[in-house]
Amino acid sequence: MSAGAQPQLRFRDRGLAEKILEGIKGLGVKATIMHVCGTHQDTIMRFGLDPLLRGCGIRVVSGPGCPVCVTTQREYEEAGLLMERGKIIATFGDAARVRGPRGSLLDRRAEGGDIRVVYSIRDAAEIARRLGREVVFLAIGFETTAPGTASLLLSDPPEGFSILCCHRYIPPVLDAILGMGEVRIQGFIQPGHVSTIIGVKPYEFISSKYGIPQVIAGFEPLDVLAAIYMLAKQIRDGRAEVENEYTRAVRYEGNQKALEAIDQVFEPIDVPWRGFPLVPKSGMALREKFEAYDARKVYEDELSDIVALEISEDPNCRCGEVLRGVAEPEDCPLFGTACNPAHPRGPCMVSIEGACFISYRYGPGARAGDPQKA
Amino acid sequence: MCLAIPGRVMEIKGGLAKVDFGGVTREVDISLINPKVGDYVIVHAGFAIQVLDEEEAKKTLELWSEIFKLGVG
Ligand code: SF4
Ligand code: SF4
Repeated sequence: MSAGAQPQLRFRDRGLAEKILEGIKGLGVKATIMHVCGTHQDTIMRFGLDPLLRGCGIRVVSGPGCPVCVTTQREYEEAGLLMERGKIIATFGDAARVRGPRGSLLDRRAEGGDIRVVYSIRDAAEIARRLGREVVFLAIGFETTAPGTASLLLSDPPEGFSILCCHRYIPPVLDAILGMGEVRIQGFIQPGHVSTIIGVKPYEFISSKYGIPQVIAGFEPLDVLAAIYMLAKQIRDGRAEVENEYTRAVRYEGNQKALEAIDQVFEPIDVPWRGFPLVPKSGMALREKFEAYDARKVYEDELSDIVALEISEDPNCRCGEVLRGVAEPEDCPLFGTACNPAHPRGPCMVSIEGACFISYRYGPGARAGDPQKA
Repeated sequence: MCLAIPGRVMEIKGGLAKVDFGGVTREVDISLINPKVGDYVIVHAGFAIQVLDEEEAKKTLELWSEIFKLGVG
């Protein structure tokens, strides 16, 4: 490892982690805190922070922070239809594996569909350029991913390339989740990488509207622990502010260049999220100027069938509730039996960072000592 | 797919940079930021999305060490 990587490693310092945990315990706060990022969930479970935090009175639950999970069946089905009609679908690996009523996109390759798993939208565009074929990129992700999509569309994409836009904005869904009033949380850990783009300001209305503390956090174990300490302190002091723990990456104003790219290419529309009804102004739609790259416009006729399709969620799958933070994976009757990593029934079991997958992998012991379930 | 990882900019050519992730190098699109050679950047799905501030990283660690050495209340 190079010298500059050292600060990263030190963010895993065990001794300091123990001190911070003591600090959290010392505040004597009992609270449920929601994070909205798969990578935070991974840090919490991989480093065994969950039982330690529960021992301090803090329960952390996952929210709608996984783009693969919150993308609706209808959106995946649109990609499936286009694949059936001979387009090459390109997308990220997790998205390709989410099961819909007619199997996952990868499963449907067996029926002759052409799907390519890519690391970046740049690779997808490259496929279109190289093969001279119609390539549709299933564009999912929040404000972290959307600027890349925007940047590519602004830089003269190849002939035949289009996107099926499923990008979403994070702040509106946080508003929705609190507005629905079914989940009782006392604080938010906000996603560090989304925040590198949007900065601090877009979260502020949530604290004033709901009186809820928020801390933007990085992804090392110490980042998460420090963020929880900062939240617990706000709760103890009766404050509700947006604090930034991840100052090494997140500036107050965010990344202006990326925000401008998003704004040039997309406009906010109301869209549903898996497990949620329509969330106002939470979806990114391509502006008219870019309709030549909008798969929903370019293939309007081919997609018209989708309107008639009855697309219902698997009635036994509780992913929707897991994503709203009102159920834990173990509450799902399919958990670990009909639904497991080898045969995921719902999206939360698909990726190594899905809430159900993580619970499956780290076992019930990872949730022992829950102060609020005792 | 959400994984965004820090790497170090080795070389810049137009809108692209060669970024070193602890020994593995990858070509990264830098159209969303203005990094310099030697900077640490956070890379997500092929795009560098922010420059990491090493000074801030050090400050953060020092601050915590200080607070938690003294004990907290
Ligand atoms: S499952 Fe994939 S898309 Fe979802 S949060 Fe994790 S890495 Fe991101
Ligand atoms: S166990 Fe499977 S079906 Fe149940 S909520 Fe999790 S992913 Fe969905």
